[in-house]
Amino acid sequence: MNVLTDNFSTFGDGFLGTVELTVYASVLALVLGFLMASFRVAPVGSLRVFGTVWVTVLRNTPLTLLFFAVLLGLPRFGLVLPFKVFAVLALGCYTSAFICEALRAGINTVPRGQGEAARSLGMSFGQSLGLVVLPQAFRSVIPPVGSTLIALAKNSAIAGAFSVTELLGTYRTLSELGYNIVWTFVWIAVGYLIITLAISALFNALERKWGVAR
Amino acid sequence: MTTANALYDVPGPKTRKRHRLYGIASTVVILALLGWILYLLFDTDQFTYTKWMPFEYKGIQELLLRGLGNTLKAFGLAAVLSLALGTLLAVGRLSDHRPVRWLSTVVVEFFRAMPVLVMIFFIFVALKVQPLPALVAGLTLYNGSVLAEVFRSGVNSVERGQREAAFALGMRKVHVMSYVLVPQAVRAMLPAIISQLVVALKDTSLGYLITYEEFLHAGKLIASNLDYDLPFIPVVMVISPIYIGMCMLLSWFAGWVSHREQRSPKTGAVDVAPAEPGTLLPRVQ
Amino acid sequence: MSRTTRVSFAVVTLAVLLASACGKEGSPPVKGPAAEKLPNYQVAQGFQLPDSKTWERARKRGHFTVGAKEDQPYLGEKDPATGTYSGFDIEIAKMMSASLGFAPKTVRFRTIASANRETALQNGQIDYYVGTYTINDMRKKLVGFAGPYYMAGQSLLVRTDENDIHGPQDLAGKRVCSAAGSTPYQRIKDDYPKAQLVAYDTYSVCVDNLLTYQVDAVTTDDAILIGYAAKVPDQLKVVGKPFSEEPYGIGVPHGDNALRFALDDALEAREKNGDWKKAYEATLGLSGVPAPTPPAIDRYPAS
Repeated sequence: MNVLTDNFSTFGDGFLGTVELTVYASVLALVLGFLMASFRVAPVGSLRVFGTVWVTVLRNTPLTLLFFAVLLGLPRFGLVLPFKVFAVLALGCYTSAFICEALRAGINTVPRGQGEAARSLGMSFGQSLGLVVLPQAFRSVIPPVGSTLIALAKNSAIAGAFSVTELLGTYRTLSELGYNIVWTFVWIAVGYLIITLAISALFNALERKWGVAR
Repeated sequence: MTTANALYDVPGPKTRKRHRLYGIASTVVILALLGWILYLLFDTDQFTYTKWMPFEYKGIQELLLRGLGNTLKAFGLAAVLSLALGTLLAVGRLSDHRPVRWLSTVVVEFFRAMPVLVMIFFIFVALKVQPLPALVAGLTLYNGSVLAEVFRSGVNSVERGQREAAFALGMRKVHVMSYVLVPQAVRAMLPAIISQLVVALKDTSLGYLITYEEFLHAGKLIASNLDYDLPFIPVVMVISPIYIGMCMLLSWFAGWVSHREQRSPKTGAVDVAPAEPGTLLPRVQ
Repeated sequence: MSRTTRVSFAVVTLAVLLASACGKEGSPPVKGPAAEKLPNYQVAQGFQLPDSKTWERARKRGHFTVGAKEDQPYLGEKDPATGTYSGFDIEIAKMMSASLGFAPKTVRFRTIASANRETALQNGQIDYYVGTYTINDMRKKLVGFAGPYYMAGQSLLVRTDENDIHGPQDLAGKRVCSAAGSTPYQRIKDDYPKAQLVAYDTYSVCVDNLLTYQVDAVTTDDAILIGYAAKVPDQLKVVGKPFSEEPYGIGVPHGDNALRFALDDALEAREKNGDWKKAYEATLGLSGVPAPTPPAIDRYPAS
């Protein structure tokens, strides 16, 4: 029990590390995912190809391999950045592929009639997209995006094995200090539960406010 | 592209010209990016003979193939066991007895909420299990729980009429499940199950972090060897396509099964959503 | 999509088939000097140690299973192509096996990462561990230690053209690399805060960064640094006196005191009859650093 009270700062640093990783990587994933989704529906052929390749490759790469390649491979190209930045990059790019697919599925759930009606009212492409399609797509996209971000929070545990300060890595420090390993893991599990429950609650609130019955 | 086509008119000549311009511009940008990456690779001597030479040796090739074999072994074991565990937990969740249902729900929700890596590390470090069983156990617990959800949603999405008719004929619960519901549900669930197995295949690479000698570990052994001038990028260039190829193969298989089932008249009624990483709190409908 | 996947599948299978069909035998050439011939260790005939559970297990098996490192040149390294282990720690392990009645060539080595050494000894995965295993009181609670067989100390590895760094006091403002979370990393952080610390997960990455001018020095136990320097003696050198004491011991399961004392006796005998020196000269000694005197053996009482 005293594992937690004695080492609150270690657990705290690890917890904050995981939260930071999750938040930054989520932002990057949402931005990149949105960009890739727009590439995939663009009328320009090469952009569509780029988007499809991005999504297919990243969805089929193990995250460990991606971390391996980014954290240990990019420095050889002269790009030397702190480990945390690399971890956020790897996590963000990986999750962006899943977000892109979720966004595309969301756009496809908007009934065709909506777009046709907007067009027949004389709205331009930008207006139909911005005023009619996307707001509706946004509502149905909330649950899958929420689940993907929860998966991101859980995947951030891998970063601990690549010298990034985060929650799972604290077990190494604590076991060297000789604490009971089972209790250490219990507290680590509690930490992850707090983060996933928080994201779940946030997205549940969003869904209650904006969600649409599916 | 359903809504996309309704969002703008069929492009006229000016728009077509504009799109062609955009197309050329983006192709140029993408090619420039690829060219820059190739330049960087050559500039940092990634294609020198010393770095690629280790791959010529049979011993190295056998090391990589052994690693690949270990990955597939872990995947095979995890796949079979998680299917079994998933079935067990799904039966529990669909049970009529409240305590059984409650217990299964707790188990499933807990293992879906935990990161796989935490479970694997816990089994490896705290329970002091060897790397392969620890990896397989962790993967089984997680994927088994997700598959339980897939099975449950599959059985629940068979039309209500089927279940009611079966009960009306006087069949008991066991017969209803095994003769009526499950056969219809399974064919529709197959793509979702195979997609989850792709996730399991990707997660076998977590064995690298607990020193299980799988494919990535074999690659690292070659890549961090000073004798071969640290051939990091060549190793990544060799093992990535193989990993991505394997996963893509399995994903494509899932897609093929799904297409075949969609065309088959037997499963026209059922449409199962793929398993997503779950939310923790119950969804608000 | 299906056509591209089919094509990629075909390409991958072809590549795999090609790869398995043709390949050169043997191992790729290694850097650094190689020993002419490894020393021969005389096997103790008729050796018995019935008080030791570990020894009895090994006797039933017919050989020892020893944990080692696989990525430390001239100390404990594994040839990826052939799977053979070599280095000073490996020689010590073979020497000990011979003294305990099993021929050196029967020893099976397993790579165990630093974090899992105690676990591997406790659950019987290995019989004993020889791999830059520093003896300290915290670890003595979990495992037993025979030896020490080598006294290492923290030191610095720099490029041969580096003339500004002669010791840890010259590290102010320089980039120093070490393994993340290790004791050498912590020591530099605590005692020489003006140094710019960089951490990677393995030392070989640190050494690679040193060779490509990304960092100015690598710090860890001098035995490990000497091994790296021996690989490329014209590009790297070890500087300064060791500024800590790291006694390397042989890890044995906790409570198996019979094995521990037998290993202590064996170490003393080998140090006396020159085998220890021969092992050093065939491995770490190839770097040019002469063999030190072996440290005094610590026979701490059974607890």
